[in-house]
Amino acid sequence: MDDLDRHIINRLQDGFPVCKQPFAEIGGELNLDENALIKCIETLLKNGILSRFGPMYNMERLGGIYSLAAMKVPDDVFDETAARVNAFPEVAHNYEREHEFNMWFVIAADNTGELQRVIDEIENHTGLQVYNMPKLKEYFVGLKFHV
Amino acid sequence: MVMNNPKMPEYRPDAVDWQLIDIIAGGIAFVKRPYLDIAEKLGITEKEVLDRIRIMRICGLIKRFGVVVNHRELGYTANAMVVWNIPDEHVREFAQQLAASETVNLCYRRPRILPHWPYNLFCMIHGKDRQTVIDQVHRLANDYTHGNARYDILFSKRRFKQRGMHYHPCRKTGDDDS
Repeated sequence: MDDLDRHIINRLQDGFPVCKQPFAEIGGELNLDENALIKCIETLLKNGILSRFGPMYNMERLGGIYSLAAMKVPDDVFDETAARVNAFPEVAHNYEREHEFNMWFVIAADNTGELQRVIDEIENHTGLQVYNMPKLKEYFVGLKFHV
Repeated sequence: MVMNNPKMPEYRPDAVDWQLIDIIAGGIAFVKRPYLDIAEKLGITEKEVLDRIRIMRICGLIKRFGVVVNHRELGYTANAMVVWNIPDEHVREFAQQLAASETVNLCYRRPRILPHWPYNLFCMIHGKDRQTVIDQVHRLANDYTHGNARYDILFSKRRFKQRGMHYHPCRKTGDDDS
């Protein structure tokens, strides 16, 4: 990754222009030809440095709901439990964390009834309690990694 | 339903918006006029695509429009969820201080589940090493709670699943055809 890549990554995290020729606009800011910029971005995606290029939606506004759920999973059944939980299409991402509550995942559902159904099913499939911690208030979303 | 900003205008996506939401969820094409490509798929003009995306951004349906970086690839390997037990009457003020601190990426209030889980405020901190993250959390605790708040740092060990959300254009978003 060179300086130009760093400039591109930092710039793209500030937002992608919604105009006819967005790559030309960013290229203009970075003093870079449109085609060259497109090539650089493609390489960064291929190398796994950039993971996705597009919108981040407000799920609640789209009519769905999100919730964060946690479980206390015994070490000897952790991988098996992770596989069972991850098999649910409603489970969006799942992290192992160093804590008594060691499994943390996000559930996306159409409504609260659906959410509860998924939670009940996960409890049935794993034999473990699911602690549901829905968002009550969001204070800040500003995920940016300066490179 | 939690609104991020009650001042934002309400906007209910129509059928074309739902198609657009699904198409751009998969990512923007790396061509000179990516929105023209989308317009052709939808059978509308490029200008209409631009206008619809702009409206969805303005009203907060699209929170961010840009790139998602793979922070691990960039060397941010110490990723922590930091959880705090803050008295309800102070939680708003503290959360706003966290949000302004620049070390915190996301900040949510969630319910305590007593007696198992005493924490009501969650934030994410991504750092290049664990000690840096621990030092940052200590500083936040000292600066904003005078060391009085109970907190815990949950470093992530493994990530099992990460995918974009699925969007269902059939979802009922309001008083429509039902």
